[in-house]
Parts: sequence; structure tokens; C-alpha cells
Amino acid sequence: MTHNTYIYLIIMAAVTYSIRVLPLTLIRKEIKNQFFQSFLYYVPYVTLAVMTFPAILGATQSPISGALALIIGVIIAWLGASLFSVSLACCAVVFISELILFAPV
Amino acid sequence: MKLKFLQKSETHSENSRALIEGTRDGIPVALGYLAVSFSLGIVARSAGLTAFQGFLASALVNASAGEYAGFTVIAADAPYLEMVIVILIANARYFLMSCAMSQRMSHETRLPHRLLLGNYITDEFFGLAISRPGYINPSYSYGSILVAAPCWAIGTAIGVIAGNLLPLRVVSALNVALYGMFLAIIVPPARKNKVIAGLILICFASSYAASLLPIISDLSAGTRTIILTVAISAIAAFLFPVKQRGETGNDT
Repeated sequence: MTHNTYIYLIIMAAVTYSIRVLPLTLIRKEIKNQFFQSFLYYVPYVTLAVMTFPAILGATQSPISGALALIIGVIIAWLGASLFSVSLACCAVVFISELILFAPV
Repeated sequence: MKLKFLQKSETHSENSRALIEGTRDGIPVALGYLAVSFSLGIVARSAGLTAFQGFLASALVNASAGEYAGFTVIAADAPYLEMVIVILIANARYFLMSCAMSQRMSHETRLPHRLLLGNYITDEFFGLAISRPGYINPSYSYGSILVAAPCWAIGTAIGVIAGNLLPLRVVSALNVALYGMFLAIIVPPARKNKVIAGLILICFASSYAASLLPIISDLSAGTRTIILTVAISAIAAFLFPVKQRGETGNDT
């Protein structure tokens, strides 16, 4: 080890903080340009959707349980379940389906 | 004078309600964070970090992919400049989120709030903040941060110390808590707005394609997320411009 771990950590923190805080502190005005306004309106949904699939299939021990969690999660979120319920239901689906999938024969 | 006082106490109770709601909504984030940071701690351990250093990394950086990428740099004993570049790429999506958040901030939200909230723009806290209609209430965000952020740092430290103690099946189940939360944020607006619904399906399909295609699939997940986010949002903004400011704040 020729490099200091703490210096690495300080660099990680400083670079990440700048990325996060600069737009939030510098953009004080409402963006009037309709294209950018629409662009920023869509960003949250697009970025969360892109991060969810197919990553959810790889988060579990088996892609099947991940897919089941996705389907059940979409259905109950569509029906209006709260954030906490949807999240917990997805965990429960994975836990139960993996109990069955990996049951000793 | 009396009226002013009343208004003040009204915002005060509104803020404490927001704080409580934030705390409640922070619980699934906390669960997911425990699971993810636990596995992150295992990576930190193999990169040679102590439990304290793992704790510090998570308390300061608050980024899963970013920290993972950073730990691989530490493990490789690479130059400091490489750390700067790797972190810039791995965390660039927070720049986009921060821009989007700036448009949901009231002009009255002062600098200290912005400096503090900015530090906690993670996929999850960002998702929670924008899931509520209207301007972002810092109290709501603080509620979710207070519950979940400590779990992230503590989970990392436990991961460094306890490696493989938690049964795999439990980790596996907790891992989807964060994705369940994302679904709860994007699905209800999709029900009201057909453009968002179609967009989500397109996102799923193109994200899946990007994970398989040659060259693109070699990029890190963070970089793929940025490319797809910019491309899809730009096309959507071009084809389906959002009419008014009020609309952006109220139909979530």
C-alpha cells in the first residue's frame, strides 16, 4: 500500500459532494426553457425505471423470485398500496418463493 | 401580528407532520440499506478497509455503486487521480438528480438546507423527495434521512466485521426492498399519466437490452444509467413537452 486509505476516502467524499450539491445550490431560478423543463420532469421516472429493471432480477438468489417480486410490486403499487407495503410485499414474495424454490427435495 | 403567529405555528405543525411521514417512509429504505451496505462491507473488507474506515466511507459518501467502485480503486492501490475519475463517472447520475431537484425546491429553501439535503441525494432519498406533490419539504427528507442514513453506515461496518453471518436467503429478500420502493414511486404516476406509463416500459426494455448488447454491456451500471436517462428523457421531452409548471408539481 503506497496510498493512504483516508486520503482515498476524502477524495471519494469531496468529489461526490460536489456533484450532488453544485446544481442544487447554483440553480436557483426556475428553468424557463420548455425542453429542459420537460427533460427534468421526466428524469426521475426514467432513471428509477432504468435502475429497477433488469437489476431486480440479479438482486435475489434466483431471477425467478426477483421477477415475481417485480410483478407483485407493480400490481399492488398500481392498486394504490403505500410505499412501505409495496417494499415489504416484495421482500415477502422473495423470501417465500425462495423457500419453495430451494426447498430440499 | 396575531395572524402571522398563527401562520407560523401552522407551518410548524405541517413540518412536524412531514418529519413523521418522512420517518415512516424511511423505514423500507433503512431495511434495504442494511442489506445492501452489509454486502458492501464485505467488499470493503476485501479491499483492506477496517470496520471504522468502512463506516466512515458510507457515512461520508452515501452511494452504493460509487463506494463499490471506490473500494476497487483502493484494492488496486491506484493513483488518486483515478479515484477522482472513477467517482465522477460512478456518481454522475446524482448531478442529474440534483438538477431535477433544484426545480422542485421553493425559492425560500435556504442555503443550509440545500447544502445538507444535497449530501443525501441518493437514488432512494431522491425518489422519496420527488414522490410527494409540490415543492420539496426539507423536513420530510430529514425524517427519511434520520432513519435510513445511519443504517447505511452501520450496515457497512457490520459487513466488514461479520462477513457472512446473515443467512443468504434473508439478504436476498432484503435486497429487493429498495426496488419495491422504486416501484411504489414510479407506478402510481404511471397510472394517471399514459406518457409516463409508456416511458417506464421503454425504460425497462432498453435497460434490459443495454445489459446484453456488446460494448454497452461492458460499461458500468452507473454509466449505462446516465446514458439511458439522458437519451430517453430527452426524446420524451422532445415528443411530449410538459405544458406548465403547475403540472410538473401536481400530477405525481
